Amino acid sequence: MSDSDRKIRCLVAKVGLDGHDRGAHVISRAFRDAGFEVIYSGLHKSPDEIVQAAVQEDVDVVGISILSGAHNTLVPKVMAGLEEYGALHDTLVLVGGIIPEEDRERLEDAGVDGIFGPGTPMEETIEFVRNNVKPR
Amino acid sequence: MADADPELIDDLLAGKHRALARVITKIENRSEGYRDLVSALYAHTGTADVIGITGSPGAGKSTLVDKLAKRYRDRGETVGVIAVDPSSPFSGGAVLGDRIRMASNVGDMDVFFRSMSARGSLGGLSTATGDAVRALDAFGKDKVIIETVGAGQNEIDIVRTADTVAVLVPPSSGDDVQMLKAGILEIGDVFVVNKADLAGSDKTVQELRGMLEMRESEGPDDWEPEIVETVAKTDEGVAGLVETFDDHAAWLDETGEREARERRRTAEEIRRLLRNDLSRLAERELERKGGIEEFVDSVVARETDPYSVVDDLLDPFEAVTDESDGRHND
Repeated sequence: MSDSDRKIRCLVAKVGLDGHDRGAHVISRAFRDAGFEVIYSGLHKSPDEIVQAAVQEDVDVVGISILSGAHNTLVPKVMAGLEEYGALHDTLVLVGGIIPEEDRERLEDAGVDGIFGPGTPMEETIEFVRNNVKPR
Repeated sequence: MADADPELIDDLLAGKHRALARVITKIENRSEGYRDLVSALYAHTGTADVIGITGSPGAGKSTLVDKLAKRYRDRGETVGVIAVDPSSPFSGGAVLGDRIRMASNVGDMDVFFRSMSARGSLGGLSTATGDAVRALDAFGKDKVIIETVGAGQNEIDIVRTADTVAVLVPPSSGDDVQMLKAGILEIGDVFVVNKADLAGSDKTVQELRGMLEMRESEGPDDWEPEIVETVAKTDEGVAGLVETFDDHAAWLDETGEREARERRRTAEEIRRLLRNDLSRLAERELERKGGIEEFVDSVVARETDPYSVVDDLLDPFEAVTDESDGRHND
């Protein structure tokens, strides 16, 4: 199987305390219909659990969904965990949810590859994943 | 990468989880060099106890696997899990949701949990899951659990790669005619009536018992399939199930059945690989001779027939094997 047609594996991760996973379900389903293999984390996961899942499942993409406003604490923890396992350089990290404009730069500096706010067309996210999955 | 990536193998054998994860990815993708990886790992396998768990969707497999893994971890054993979920026949994608149930083992890297999509592959899946089990075995996992939804022939092939097969039968899953049907109910060493707190579980146990009584016993040393009731959500009955699995493992060792099963599996595997590789060679020959369409043309025009086409295509293979036969007879 060549690199270009390998199955894209994504972890759709709900981190922290917010209890809304409608968006994560919609994304999971859209990714599934795009032909991706989606591992869904379930609600209320800690950064450690997300890192554990990302490493064991050897995913190409980690999509973190946060609506609680705790992204500035939680996302860097996930990034640090991936780095610890040597998984950061070839994992595409996306953040979705409610991210204020002034926080974007900080997340991007932490290594987040893409930030998708509410109302982002699904095709745009899928295309972004297809075009930016890192070579392995 | 022509030969096995030695660094990846070394890292896996040194207990690095990311290397194990990457090896399984290569196995799944049939990436360049994956066969060499499996070959290199083979010498390090043979110590894991492999348990297959199957049953209909919603029977409680993942929750039970979580509780089982916890029990094994409490005994100081390490655990690998391969959870297979179906893939979409339309997009080829999948949602793999079994990890969600692994709440008892949060943050414990010694429970290595891997979700696999069936990828719509017939036959190929049991090879991939078998190779993934070998990777976990070589890594040093004491217990490897394969979890797959029990819906058809594919699952039966997968689950039969295990030493011990448990079939989950939820309460009220049909009448006694369902129990007569061939397939999944014939391969169980242990039957688990999970969600045993629900109405109808007693009846299900009775029906299972009735079905098992009709089985031919092969002799005094034969393993009599056990029926265990559990409520995985509350951990009820799980200790008893672990005990039953231990009993079965001991029985496998004492009767020589473990070795017999391994021999059967190996023979089946060699045959399967042989079939796959031979058909690849045949495909190549087909391409070399101008591709399928040309042959279709001549068959459709009634100039020849499919049997003759295949005979002609396989002629060179026949010639080679005849030749080596001849050499043996000299």
